[in-house]
Amino acid sequence: MQPQFVTRYAAALSPEFRTGEKVRVRKTAPLGHIRTPFYIRGHVGEIERLCGAFPNPEELAQMRDGLPAVPLYRVRFRQKDVWPDYRGPDADVVEIEIFQHWLEKA
Amino acid sequence: MSEDKGRYQPLSYYQLMEISLRELLVEKGVVTDEAVNAEVQAMRSRTPERGAQVVAKAWADPAYKERLLKNGTAACEEIGLEIPALKLVAVENTPQVHNVIVCTLCSCYPRVLLGIPPDWYKSRNYRSRMVREPRTVLEEFGVRVAENVAIRVHDSTADMRYLVLPMRPKGTEGWDEAKLATLVTRDSMIGVALPKV
Repeated sequence: MQPQFVTRYAAALSPEFRTGEKVRVRKTAPLGHIRTPFYIRGHVGEIERLCGAFPNPEELAQMRDGLPAVPLYRVRFRQKDVWPDYRGPDADVVEIEIFQHWLEKA
Repeated sequence: MSEDKGRYQPLSYYQLMEISLRELLVEKGVVTDEAVNAEVQAMRSRTPERGAQVVAKAWADPAYKERLLKNGTAACEEIGLEIPALKLVAVENTPQVHNVIVCTLCSCYPRVLLGIPPDWYKSRNYRSRMVREPRTVLEEFGVRVAENVAIRVHDSTADMRYLVLPMRPKGTEGWDEAKLATLVTRDSMIGVALPKV
């Protein structure tokens, strides 16, 4: 799968997920600087696209180089799955950028 | 502090921290006062007109629109917009889909295209409610999205930055890019307004 943006870091992990694949966001709460919002942890969505590979922000926040770069995806979630009392049509979605190490096959 | 009317105001915690850090960096030779001022000037000089230029070109030129949706960064560079390090994802409004941008974690915003973000974009209210009840928040902005139009909220959480490509309004047939650009507001590129003739 072609990423939207080609990045060139000294080391990068390979993408494990394909567009359209169902994934679950890991439900953990590690300490530190995390770019995965709390509200989406534990929810199932679908890979919308591969953005590219980028340095791990959790490592960057610790003044390390963040390498190997981690594949970053845009994941699409149905609003009704995220918020059980969501008021709006089934087709409403929220899309979030999530790093690969936060995702597992659903 | 625009309301101080010349009266003495004590510095806030963060103002004091900013001044202390800046003075230390200058003292240690890491940056110069001139460089800091030049960056402030550069930030103030970037305005939503830059984003409007991109949208207007996409409206006028279907091939450019395709390239913009495929790679927003390359499309900006193509028309000479300097957008250092920006990974731009343009999302297109259609009769079936309305897009809106938020950053729930902080306030990520395509500053090089839209300038300094409005205060409400950084507010806890907007950031928490736009993902939770987008239709209600959009109505508060005066945008009523029909039930047969899907809303796509984009939570800008990592390395991408987002630009909404609004729909070209009816009644603009034959307009050139410069005239089209006058219709494209900052809010319409965030997704909380629609361009109107």
